[in-house]
Amino acid sequence: MGTILRLAMQSLRSRLFTSLLTVASIALSVTLLVGIEHVRSGVRESFAGTIRGVDLIVGARGGSLQVLLSTVFGIGASSTAISYATYERWAEHPAVAWSIPFALGDSHRGYRVIGTTNDFYERYRYRQDGRVTFASGAAAAGDEEVVLGAEVASRLRYAVGSPIVVTHGLQGGGIADHEAHPFTVVGVLNRTFTPIDRAIYVTLGGIEAMHEDFEQVPGAVQVAPPAGTPVMPGAEGAPVMPGATPPPMPGATPPPMPGATPPPMPGATPPPMPGYEPPPGTPTMPGAEPPPAAMQPAQSSSDHADHDHEPEQVSSFMVGTKNRFEALQLQREMNTDITEPVTAIIPGVALGELWQNISSAEVGLRIVALFAVAIGLTGMLVALYSSLDARRREMAILRAVGAGPRTIVSLLVIESAVLAFVGCVIGVALVYAILALGQGAIEARSGIHLAIRGLGATEWKYLALVLGAGTLIGFVPAIKAYRTSLTDGLSPRS
Amino acid sequence: MTVDAAAPAVALSNVRFAYCPGRDVVSIDSLTINRGETVFLHGPSGSGKTTLLGLLAGVLTATSGSVRILGQDLTPLSSGARDAFRAQHLGYVFQQFNLIPYLSVRENILLPVRLDRERRAKLGTTDPVKAADALAAELDIASAIHSPVTELSVGQQQRVAVARALIGSPEVIICDEPTSALDSDRRERFLELLFASCHKVGATLVFVSHDFTLQPLFSRTVELPEINSASATIAKEN
Repeated sequence: MGTILRLAMQSLRSRLFTSLLTVASIALSVTLLVGIEHVRSGVRESFAGTIRGVDLIVGARGGSLQVLLSTVFGIGASSTAISYATYERWAEHPAVAWSIPFALGDSHRGYRVIGTTNDFYERYRYRQDGRVTFASGAAAAGDEEVVLGAEVASRLRYAVGSPIVVTHGLQGGGIADHEAHPFTVVGVLNRTFTPIDRAIYVTLGGIEAMHEDFEQVPGAVQVAPPAGTPVMPGAEGAPVMPGATPPPMPGATPPPMPGATPPPMPGATPPPMPGYEPPPGTPTMPGAEPPPAAMQPAQSSSDHADHDHEPEQVSSFMVGTKNRFEALQLQREMNTDITEPVTAIIPGVALGELWQNISSAEVGLRIVALFAVAIGLTGMLVALYSSLDARRREMAILRAVGAGPRTIVSLLVIESAVLAFVGCVIGVALVYAILALGQGAIEARSGIHLAIRGLGATEWKYLALVLGAGTLIGFVPAIKAYRTSLTDGLSPRS
Repeated sequence: MTVDAAAPAVALSNVRFAYCPGRDVVSIDSLTINRGETVFLHGPSGSGKTTLLGLLAGVLTATSGSVRILGQDLTPLSSGARDAFRAQHLGYVFQQFNLIPYLSVRENILLPVRLDRERRAKLGTTDPVKAADALAAELDIASAIHSPVTELSVGQQQRVAVARALIGSPEVIICDEPTSALDSDRRERFLELLFASCHKVGATLVFVSHDFTLQPLFSRTVELPEINSASATIAKEN
């Protein structure tokens, strides 16, 4: 066998150019096959990994797909909302360990603005154990503070300190800008390759405050009401409202007010910070630190950052249970509760259903890839077969020196197997080379993060298929060669 | 496969062969070649020379009759068994293009012992490479031993083919017009080397040619048209 292997290698080397062409055609089809599989599983993985560690997603009563799409993927809008009281009731349910509320419905230049709480930054997980981390800045705490997804920041060229005006509704803009309540970027998230990258996060109070301002201050250069009571027109300097924080002035130490509920958030502390909004009139001053002189007592009540805008409603919320086994029971409890009808879904199940719906495209991809392999293998068959005629002499000589059918067949089969093997190796190497070089570009263009990972079971199966088919194909010319060398006799007229 | 040491090298009896039924190309009632003979098998083209050699080498199977090489009848053997028999006991030299182009001279000579274990066993304790080099030296091609065969002259190529036929000392050497591509000076030199080498290993030589001038060098001459009764019909048809 060693002799035959060496013969095969020398024979291939003697026809280097044809061999290389054959290897190239197999390599390219393997690249296509393995590459498509890589992309397919990469898409699937990044899809399934969009959200992890959440046991239930709860939205207003409706289709489970609608809840999933609007909450996780930011597609479509939930038509109705859940009252904040209901949210709180569930959040305090004994089975619930933590919850993340979401208030949807606004946008900034086509990107969704999502109101949420600190729990989002702490609890949200994607892919294996991906956490929401900050590229710069910190979580939004005050009502004028926003945190940007990585893509939003890079596309719109925003950085910490940039001012943002949010649009009501989800259209590209221009419907109604909440100019009365401009935001300032306080944090930019690291890239996650999930819909998080394409979202803008504010506090629940921020959403609420923005809408109050919008409703009350059409002119946009007016004093905003204090929070706590959503509709308080012209409540200037009236901080005697329950739940409302006192009007802390920049530079002033926060007065310890018993009964008041100042949110213990970093952004809510009085000293002026980059995100601190100057009084209306100079609404969009990027990162401008308001001069203390500009702060007049009358305007202190419009200091959004310190108002605890108590939200009235949320669009949906995510729930983590104390014990995952309780998730199913909790889901049933939520879905059958009649005080306010909600729909609770298990993200994994809903994602699976959704993938089923969109996975027919991947079947198409696979068929294309398999055809490519068939073409590559046919190319090899053609190359081997057509070289046979030129090699009749060689076969006759081998027969003359006593090579039996097994030798002749193994020689040609080894040749085709070697070609297929080298083709597979180069093809796979090519996939990784492309991934290594093009990973960034693919991410930037399509938002799909293709991890460089080992070959999966399907990929191995494909490689085995190519190698097996390549080897089997070698039998066709091999059998023909043996027959020809027989009928040629020992002296083919060459 | 037992080989009878006393049996003649070649013994044909009532051999008929036809590529298509009813049109015999070879029809030989009897032909015996003894061991150690150098036989000049002469015949014009179309006299069935190549077909006869195919029968002797076990590449073709007689339609009827028996083809005994070293006492072994090849006719009933399977194709694989005939391949093995040829590998062990026969050396074959073609008219031209004898060598595998992508192997070196030495590798070409070594091919039979590399492909067949029995042929390798015939070398005994001799190192195959040494045996090949010794044959190359004998045939005056030692200097070309590492060359690619494509760089050799036709005469050198034919001598490499002889060395390959002789390695492992097969009992019968069959040559199919090996000198037809050589000019007359080289022809004689080639034959001298061939005879000397065959003599040294005690091989029987069956040499086919239409060139009658070579005939005096051989121990025996067989006129193919005389023994092949089918050749007359072929000749007539031509």
